[in-house]
Amino acid sequence: MKELSVNHLIGIKYIQKSDIDLIFETADHFKEVINRPIKKVPSLRDITIANVFFENSTRTKLSFELAQKRLSADVISFSAAQSSVKKGETLIDTVNNILSMKVDMVVMRHANPGAAHFLSQNVKASIINAGDGAHEHPTQALLDSYTIRESLGDVAGKKVVIVGDILHSRVALSNIFALQMQGAEVRVCGPKTLLPKHIESLGVKVESNLRKALEWADVANMLRVQNERLDVNYFPSTREYTQQYGVTKELLDSLDKEVVIMHPGPINRGVEITSDVADSKQSVILNQVENGVAVRMAVTYLLASKIK
Amino acid sequence: MSQKVLLTAKEVNIILHRLACQLIENHLDFSNTILIGLQPRGKFLAERIKQVLENEYQIKEIQLGFLDITFFRDDFRRGEKPLEANKTQIDFLVEDKKVVFIDDVLFTGRSINAALTAIQSFGRPSEVELLVLIDRRFSRHLPIQPDYRGRQVDAINNEKVIVKWKENEGEDLVLIETKN
Repeated sequence: MKELSVNHLIGIKYIQKSDIDLIFETADHFKEVINRPIKKVPSLRDITIANVFFENSTRTKLSFELAQKRLSADVISFSAAQSSVKKGETLIDTVNNILSMKVDMVVMRHANPGAAHFLSQNVKASIINAGDGAHEHPTQALLDSYTIRESLGDVAGKKVVIVGDILHSRVALSNIFALQMQGAEVRVCGPKTLLPKHIESLGVKVESNLRKALEWADVANMLRVQNERLDVNYFPSTREYTQQYGVTKELLDSLDKEVVIMHPGPINRGVEITSDVADSKQSVILNQVENGVAVRMAVTYLLASKIK
Repeated sequence: MSQKVLLTAKEVNIILHRLACQLIENHLDFSNTILIGLQPRGKFLAERIKQVLENEYQIKEIQLGFLDITFFRDDFRRGEKPLEANKTQIDFLVEDKKVVFIDDVLFTGRSINAALTAIQSFGRPSEVELLVLIDRRFSRHLPIQPDYRGRQVDAINNEKVIVKWKENEGEDLVLIETKN
């Protein structure tokens, strides 16, 4: 019988190719489950999971909650905005208080890179990282790869360009690790100011021209312009960003092939991609959302099976 | 470790025909009946029963599905390793249908218990029956008995019943293996 090589999902960097394969095989089964008339299985009925979100999230939190409920786990959710964190409680104290209510697993989003890793070293529970600052967002990368595998049959040998704000993006970093591990080729494209220095050392090529990048790619993963993280002006104006790095229907139609368009959401319509691209048949954005539930069910199920 | 042959290919074939006839007695043309092979090992028996019904007894359009019960088992996290799932393939609703579960060996009854829960995800069957090739007597943990049985055996705990199928292992054969 196969099992994961890790007890926590902190980042793609810490897992192996065989883990990704196992997660995808398991997600295939859960995808069938969530398309049944009754979309629920009782596997995790004796597991309690805390969703601890120190940063805003709609889709990731909903997706995790739905995944946990479809596995019959008991779920408690917590947002920092309404909590004692505002009163000055430390991270370990907050989580240990939650754990003393007999919680088996913690799904955490935090603004500081390394928060999930720190937690896994200091508290007794299985940790899933739902995004830690600009570090990693492993379940997003897994569901992106899963969607590529579903759309194109395989991830190995595919060419993926990640477009936009690479500097502030945990999605980009996790995706680079996950795609390379599975044998895909990755390029990044965006304004120089939003590309990290030395990104080439990850084995990623930089392409500054969007048209050239799309001509090369099988898949374009369009990242969101994260206005909330842009503390200084990284580009002159949103209009100029859109002109250089926004994907339009005209641009896609002028290519002599179909590029699969992905977006981790939430979309700034008319900025990274136009509405007609977001709603076109080339876009797999809503498939990503559906697959997100199946992939998170698989990750939760496989990690829960290791809780003794 | 020693092995003893319980059923030869010829005996398996005779039993398959008998089980098929017993099913016809209760289900006639199978218009309101659904056969469900329990994954992983019940799949082969279910496919074989369907073949016999179609080829030897000219019953057409039998609905056959496969049900995986991994996520419904009651021993999650109690075993050594996680339980690996198989494909569930039920492309129809079982609402108000007569469902026949098909599995190769009935032992503790826990798989059948899990299957009874799992099938509810596809609707409320009007009734559920159980068909097994081998019924291991005196080993049940739950009050579950088969409606159709190929052969009843008294196997004790350090014995294991192994069912082999032509499609998978090259020959039809049922063995009892004793660990020393």
